[in-house]
Amino acid sequence: MDHLDELEAESVYILREAYKLLGKLAMLWSIGKDSTVLLWLAKKAFFGHVPFPLVHVDTSYKIPEMIRYRDQLARELGFELIVHSNQEALAAGMGPEQGRLICCAALKTEALQQLVRLHKFNGLIVGVRRDEEGSRSKERVFSERNATDNWDYANQPPELWNQFKTDFPPGHHIRVHPLLQWNELDIWRYIGREKMPISDLYFTHDGERYRSLGCSPCTGRVKSQASTVAEIIQELESTTVGERSGRAQDREDAYALQKLRKAGYM
Amino acid sequence: MDEEENPGERLKLVVTGHVDHGKSTVIGRLLHDTGFLPAGALEKAQRIAHETGKPFEFAYLLDAFEEEQKQGITIDTTRLNFATPKRGYVIIDAPGHQEFLKNMISGAADAEAALLVVDASRGVEEQSRRHAYLLSLLGIRQIGVVVNKMDLVAYGEAVFRQVETTMADFLASLGLVAKSYIPLSGLLGENILEPSSQLPWYSGPTLLTLLDSFSLAEGTEAQPLRLPLQDIYKFDDRRILAGRIASGTLRVGDTVRISPGGRETRSVSLEEWGGEGDKSEATSGESVGITLADEFFHQRGEVISHPATPPLVSTTFRANLFWMGRTPLRPGKKYILKIATRRVECEVSELGRVIDASSLTVMELPQEVRMNGVAEVAITTGEAIALDLFSVNHITGRFVLVDGYDVVGGGIVSLVQNAIAVDHAIFEQGKLQARCELFDEFFYSVEDYSVNKRCPPVLLFRVGDPLPLEGKSYSYPEFFDIAVMRDKMAVKIRAGRVVELQPLADLVYSGLPMVNGRGFAFRVKSREEWRQCQEEYAAATSGQDASLSAKWLDFHSYRRIYFASNSRS
Repeated sequence: MDHLDELEAESVYILREAYKLLGKLAMLWSIGKDSTVLLWLAKKAFFGHVPFPLVHVDTSYKIPEMIRYRDQLARELGFELIVHSNQEALAAGMGPEQGRLICCAALKTEALQQLVRLHKFNGLIVGVRRDEEGSRSKERVFSERNATDNWDYANQPPELWNQFKTDFPPGHHIRVHPLLQWNELDIWRYIGREKMPISDLYFTHDGERYRSLGCSPCTGRVKSQASTVAEIIQELESTTVGERSGRAQDREDAYALQKLRKAGYM
Repeated sequence: MDEEENPGERLKLVVTGHVDHGKSTVIGRLLHDTGFLPAGALEKAQRIAHETGKPFEFAYLLDAFEEEQKQGITIDTTRLNFATPKRGYVIIDAPGHQEFLKNMISGAADAEAALLVVDASRGVEEQSRRHAYLLSLLGIRQIGVVVNKMDLVAYGEAVFRQVETTMADFLASLGLVAKSYIPLSGLLGENILEPSSQLPWYSGPTLLTLLDSFSLAEGTEAQPLRLPLQDIYKFDDRRILAGRIASGTLRVGDTVRISPGGRETRSVSLEEWGGEGDKSEATSGESVGITLADEFFHQRGEVISHPATPPLVSTTFRANLFWMGRTPLRPGKKYILKIATRRVECEVSELGRVIDASSLTVMELPQEVRMNGVAEVAITTGEAIALDLFSVNHITGRFVLVDGYDVVGGGIVSLVQNAIAVDHAIFEQGKLQARCELFDEFFYSVEDYSVNKRCPPVLLFRVGDPLPLEGKSYSYPEFFDIAVMRDKMAVKIRAGRVVELQPLADLVYSGLPMVNGRGFAFRVKSREEWRQCQEEYAAATSGQDASLSAKWLDFHSYRRIYFASNSRS
């Protein structure tokens, strides 16, 4: 088994544990490369089936191509898609001009909370990776969120030998992180190896491409000539620019993402 | 970067040691100097140093939480990828503060090698010793000792030698030997990649050379097959059994045994999505889906193996356990045991020695085990489970205990008692097979005051093979017949060797001694008695009829019981 085989086998194991042990489950799908790899791994884990719904938290500020691609892929790969927006906040005029972190909290964190409550999910599968950002680097594979979606990061449970935390009080839910040990290059090498479908936004247009997908007002593009997966891999092998360098909300505060994530952000 | 000699190889290395001895700094320095910092990490760490008005620290690169950076300690473990020209590494940063020991264990549990970081100016401290103890308990044998902060002691050799001697003595008491002791400065980058001019008296390896000298854990493809069942799917017309192969290799068409039940069937296919549909073999580490010839009732927690090399099956085992619960462990209280994919109610039926992992003080006659304590225990499960000794198979030989909602303990299996329904020897001739337990050793435990059984590794005998006729608790004659009732097979032993297997129905009483599959002599003296004995066994509804055994079997003809201590094995 090579490195990608091992990552795949480990992620498949995690997905199967979640499906068997967590009750009502959903997979968070952001249309980006990581959660699309996650979707691909679910098809592998469950032999072509996706036995839980995919949920997309739509802030209404997403890059329009993302939404088009979302609906297209849902048709092609055949899975149940739940789209949810924080309608109250949007009706009240929430947007990035109110402050990026306030906007993220309302349209992503709070929307996600509404979704979990509405559908009574016990588990949410999320495609975060350790190498993306500091607070994610400290995550557990099975990470508990309490009744108010808080992450007690200073007191995380032991997690050893693939014996995950699968016992928790009613009202709590578990964030499952099957891609935690993958890095950005692994993701692209896997996309290349599996010849997976992937959003066109990652490839160069007029000398720029998206390295990470998010909301259009807060997500910048990087200079790049990469027009194929192989060229993206080549570019990443020599870059020193951070993957989330185009994500404006991260720069609001040195601990921005930690604070967002403590309150339930993905 | 990223061009290793063996791109597939990844060694998991945990960095441990007492709080403030500089673990995160050593790792941060290593990543920085080799160009493996996560993109953006350096800018962010510098920005934080600037914003907080504190000097830049390499530890900021790993200690991502605000609390970690402001208080200068590591709270939780993290993992980073890194590579040398030789191979890749997953570096696991483990916290050194006693309060976060569970996080240290979470990080260290599946490492293949460990660095133990000791501050030269402060020497070996409590957590240095405790971490060393836990590494030995977790089965991590490859250890390198890093004597950090040599800049604080003017790079003096005497200080280094002092730390080396103290640590070597402690490790020796655990049966461990460090691969190297390396003086260095994480802060200033001395002796990390290149030999340091500050350390002219030192001629050993640099940190980088040490890392490359660790060996990868040996592959487990050639070990006996263990496939713990994770789930059973019926998404379409296929009934797929899913799981990740813990060890060994499974081929389509193999006869397989399912423990603890012991039923046998054949593997029909290896299923996959997106493949060619012709997968015929899967090996250790793979997450697979298989279909079987017989549709028995299967459930999560069962273990698939080959018939000749099954796991042990028992309700009682001994283990070395570390406790992470806020509430102390108490014998007799009900916990949930999770071993591989099995989940079962259990209790600690006996509390042996409780050890302070730092001072190595042993508490005799303990009543409980407190948080961060280590103990030798006997565990009894509510139902029989399939398991292995940790020394034989890591994945099926280790477990956690759950109390309420929390994982509170972890342990490794050191001895399995009263193993039941396991084949310890197989006789084979062509397609004929007979299973037996002739070579199990019965002993009276001077610790338990009870009779236990110790099982040899699985043995396979073919025609012509000699038998080990003499054991500690058995002694068989040179000429005898074995009548294996459950397999309805007979095995003829002549001059100490296997000469023939035949169906039991064809066995004629020849006047030679006869034993059953467990080594107990039949009280049979004639053809007539043998016929009568077989009839009574055939008529019995179960083989576990004590009155039948009492009538026809004699324990003492070839077997005896000897004194032994459990911990010897």
